[in-house]
Order: sequence, then C-alpha cells, then structure tokens
Amino acid sequence: MQEPQSTSRFPAMWTAFMGWVDRRFPATETFEYHMSKYYAPKNFNFWYYFGVIATVVLVLQLVTGIWLTMSYIPSGQGAFASVEYIMRDVQFGWLLRYLHTTGASAFFVVVYLHMFRGLMYGSYREPRELLWLIGMAIFIAMMAEGFFGYLLPWGNMSYWAAQVIVSLFGAIPVIGGGLMEWIRGDFLISEITLNRFFALHVVALPLVLIMLVFVHIVALHHVGSNNPDGIEIKKNKNAEGIPVDGIPFHPYYTIGHDLPGIVLFLFVFCAIVFYLPEMGGYFIERPNFDEANPLKTPEHIAPVWYYTPYYAMLRAATYPLFTLDAKFWGFVVMAGAIALPMGLPWLDRSPVKSIRYKGAISKTMLAIFVVSFFILGYLGTIPPSPGATALAQVCTILYFSYFVLMPWYTRVERTKPVPDRVTMR
Amino acid sequence: MKRSIWLCLLLAVPAFAAASEGSDWKMDPFHPNIQDKPSLQRGARLFVNYCMGCHSLKFQRYERTADDLEVPHDIFAANLIFADQKIGSLMTNAMPTEKSKAWFGAAPPDLTLVAKLRGGEWLYNYLRTFYLDPLRPFGVNNKVFPNVAMPDPFLELQGTPVEACHQVPKIAPNGGEERDPLAPGVAITHEQCGFIDVVQGTGKLTPKEFDQAVYDIVNFLYYVAEPARFERERLGIYVLLFLVVLYVFTALLGREYNKEVH
Repeated sequence: MQEPQSTSRFPAMWTAFMGWVDRRFPATETFEYHMSKYYAPKNFNFWYYFGVIATVVLVLQLVTGIWLTMSYIPSGQGAFASVEYIMRDVQFGWLLRYLHTTGASAFFVVVYLHMFRGLMYGSYREPRELLWLIGMAIFIAMMAEGFFGYLLPWGNMSYWAAQVIVSLFGAIPVIGGGLMEWIRGDFLISEITLNRFFALHVVALPLVLIMLVFVHIVALHHVGSNNPDGIEIKKNKNAEGIPVDGIPFHPYYTIGHDLPGIVLFLFVFCAIVFYLPEMGGYFIERPNFDEANPLKTPEHIAPVWYYTPYYAMLRAATYPLFTLDAKFWGFVVMAGAIALPMGLPWLDRSPVKSIRYKGAISKTMLAIFVVSFFILGYLGTIPPSPGATALAQVCTILYFSYFVLMPWYTRVERTKPVPDRVTMR
Repeated sequence: MKRSIWLCLLLAVPAFAAASEGSDWKMDPFHPNIQDKPSLQRGARLFVNYCMGCHSLKFQRYERTADDLEVPHDIFAANLIFADQKIGSLMTNAMPTEKSKAWFGAAPPDLTLVAKLRGGEWLYNYLRTFYLDPLRPFGVNNKVFPNVAMPDPFLELQGTPVEACHQVPKIAPNGGEERDPLAPGVAITHEQCGFIDVVQGTGKLTPKEFDQAVYDIVNFLYYVAEPARFERERLGIYVLLFLVVLYVFTALLGREYNKEVH
C-alpha cells in the first residue's frame, strides 16, 4: 500500500520558506516565545479582556490619526475650519474623526478597567513591579497625549482647557511664570502653542506610547501573567517545564477568549460612534463647536471626563499653606494623585496578592477608592460650589487613604488561605 | 501686572458680549427631523432669504446642501444662490466683519455649527421670543437672550411682537388650579406679565405658520451642523448588524478552542 501523499505542496513550501526566514531572523522563535508557547494562567476572567482591547484601541488611534493628519491643518487660521472640512468634504472624514474622538475616550475606559484589574488581583506585586511602573508611564503618556490632542480642533473649550491646565504650572513658586511661557512658547495660548502641541501629539507621544507598550509586553512575557487567584503558575511545572495551570496564549486566549471579546467591544464602540458620538457633551464638549477665542471664556470650563477625577482633586485644595497659595497645593495634590499608584508594589504588605484572599478592610478600602474616584469624576464636570468642594475634599482624602493606609491595613487584616492551584470560577 | 492685563481685556469686551445670556424663559420643546425633506427645503429657503444677509454658513457648500435636501442643482442655483457664487462654493456672504462689528456691536456669528453650540431647543425659542423694546438700539429685545444685539429679522413674517400681561389660573399649594368656590368650574386667575403677543394683522403669517417657519429654519440649521448625520445613521445599522454576525461566528469558534481547556 502506498503512503498517503500530501494533497497540496503548500505546507512543504511554507516550512521551507519559514526555514529560510528563521535562519536570518528569529520569526518562529519570537512567535513561540510571545504567543504559541507563552503559557498564560487558564483562569483568566472578564477583567482580562482590557489589556488586549487597549492594544486594539491604540492601533485604531494610530490609524485614524494618520488619516486625520492628511487633512488637518495645524494653524490658528486653518485648524478649526480643517476639522469641519474633514467632517463635510473628506470622504468618510466624519467617521475617521468620530472613531478618533470616541477612541480617545474608549482608550481611557479600557485602561482604567485594566488598572482596576491590577488593583484587584495584586498584579503590581513582586515580580511585576517594573511591569506596573511601565504601565503607569503609559498612563501618564496617555494623559499627555490626550491633553495635546484636545487643543488641535482649536475650539473654544480646547483653547480654554489648555489655558487652565498650562496655567497650573504658573502656581509653581519662582519658576512658574517662566515655565508657563516656555510651555506655550508665547505669552498666551497661540498658533505657536498649537503647532508644538501638534508635533507632540502626532510624533513624539505616539512614539513614546508605542515604545512603552512594547516594553510593557516584553516585561509581562518575561515575568508571566498574574491571574485572579494571584498564584504564580510558574511554581508548578510538569516534566516538560510547562506550567500545569498554563495554556498557550495562542490560540486559546487569542481566538478562544479575546477575539469574541474584541468584537463585543467593537459593537459597543461602534454603537457610540454611529449614534452618540458626542456622548451628550462628554466626549465632545458643546463650547468646542465655537472657534477658539481668547476674548470669550466659556461659562464653565471643564476638562474631558477622563481627567475630571484629578481636576476635582486639584480644585479641592482651597487652603494656602507655608506662604504658597492654594493653587500650588492643588497642583501638588493632583500630581500626587497621579503618582501615588506607582508606590503600590511597596505599599501593599499583604501576604496574599488577590482581593479574593485579602481581608475585609482591603475589600472595603478598594470599594471606597472606586466610589470616591467616580464621585470625583462627576464633581470635576460641574461648576464649583461650597457643597461640591467639601465633598471633593472628603473624596480626595478617601482616595489618598487607600494608598497611604495600605501598609497598615494590608498587614493587620486576616487573610484567607491561598490554594496551591488556580481555581476556575 | 497680570491683573491689569485681565482688566484691560474685560473692558475691551464689547457691551454685546457682556450682555447676560441667562434667562428663565420656559422653553418650548423642539424635536428635529432631518428625514422631513420639505421642512429642510423650506428652512433653507427661509435661511437664505432672512438670515444669510448677515450670517454665513462658511463650512457648508451649496452643492452638498442641494444634494442632501434633494433639490436639483439648477433649481437650487437659480433660486437660492444670489451672489456671484458657484454651486460648489461655501455658503459665505459679503458681510465685512470689521464693519459689521461697528454696525451691530458684534460681528454676526457664522451659523454652521450654531445648532451644536446652542442646541436646537434654544434656537427655536430664541427666534420666537423677540419683542418690541424702545430702550434697545434696534428697537427689539429677546426673552431667551436678553439684550442681544441682533435686530428681529422676522417682523415682516411674524408681525409686531409686544410684551403683554395675561390672566392666568392661580395655582393652589397642591399643584392644581384654584377654582372659584362660588362659581363652580370657573378658575381664579391673577395677572402675570412677560408674555409675548403679536399685534393682530401686522404679520404675513399666522402664529401657527410662523412657528412652523421657525421650526423649519432651526431644523435646517440642525442638519447643517452635521450633514454627515444622514450617512452616519444609515451606515451604523449595517456596521452593527455585521458585528452581531461576526460575534456569533467568533464566539462559536472560541467555544471550540475552549473545549480543549480543562
């Protein structure tokens, strides 16, 4: 009897081709290291979608951004008109722009959820401290990227929001005034500012973001993924050296888990792009349909929603201290609120990683943290009033106490025993 | 130093901009309908005739408007393009900005995006609440935008609007209208001012026709603020349906892979 013959010559040709490539470039090796032989814990749940979705949104922002740049004019005379030109005269320009504006908000939604997952399951703990710090650097780069990008439509809210944020640097003693001028390149927000923000938004920060995301993934694949149980799967390997609780990232997570998740995300995302692109003034604020005007201040200046928790904390500082005015302390509080999560790997002293096995105090503190973050986010969108400011002050203290009290409460509370193997629930 | 700069800026702001925009006028609702092509066409005609002398639509093109409103180019060009402009031109006007600032105290704003900036409801009420006020430079004032520097463009259509006082039912503490206990069914009324009445026989249109005309203009401005809305809302359905189908297939595929995970 004859041996069954391969019906196609394609597999043999492919093997030969990849052999040729692999002798010159580690293609198969890299694919296996990062995908088909990267063993991820098999108990990933809903919260593990947001990392991959953030990557999808990053690519979406890059692609739509490149196409918008083809028609956008970064000049004081032309910027606002060129955005309307994109919305009207460019084929599918409106779609590109709405994908980009909605993408900016979506980026922050998924990254906030991604970070919350880290807080819940202790993903910042040893050996993932650097992974967490790189992630925080991505978050800060994203905030800068969003801020620079928000000026580009040259609407009146763009203009005044940039004015308010840049003026924060003026609160720094001695160097403040000079620093402000240095950032703007002018005595007020002008075309010069617009041009440099454009350069930073379309070249500098995207480069930084791409590099940081690459490093983030390299660090992740070096230490391995955490999981909802906070167990190190690498401690329990079989005879071949494969973690018994791990499964190859490709195809079990790429196709088995992430692909339907990405499609589901795209459904919600596209529903917003096509039917609620302005999100009632939260994604595109009303005064931004008026062209930038240095003589006309919008009645109420509020940043886009993803900055509002920090903006509320900035405004919550109302007392001058040590001869420095309240605005400076607001700046310090805001910078502190952004920087403090970087200390998490060393603030968390719990013997367990995951919230599943932490005690009641940790769970309560996390819940309080989330609630205060939401309240601050809302307060940042409304005009200040005595009541709102008092509430913002309380929430700011709660936000900070989650971090500052962590070394204490994670040590004193009673934790549950952590199982040896991951649990599927 | 810094303070004095701000003071100068504030003083430089013309009286128009300093006018308060706050108002407690009870707004009538406005429901836009861009599928109502006759309304949009009437709105475009009214806009070109009554608004465009002062207000441009500098981001919108005649051709786009004609196509979206389903008006043939030749008819549109013959009836709605007055100046020496081509069908592909932007809908600008010849109002000189600097001079108009001197004439009105503020340059008439471009209205391409006004429906997004102010909202349709605000516009619909604003255009219907001009009234005679001899203290104002143009002889009219506005309920929704008090002390606005804009003359009333609709005196000819609407007639002469004057402030009036009406007898309105008294409202009891429980929220109901008070009735006269001696004359069953008759409401107890009191005088309330601040209404706008139109002097009968002074306008070309009846109050109902005038409301419709303003509705058409605002509906047109609502369309102009985002002409891509037609395509966006039509295309969205197909995109979402595609994603539903794609989800079914990817979910089934994913399930096959998950069967191998224990």
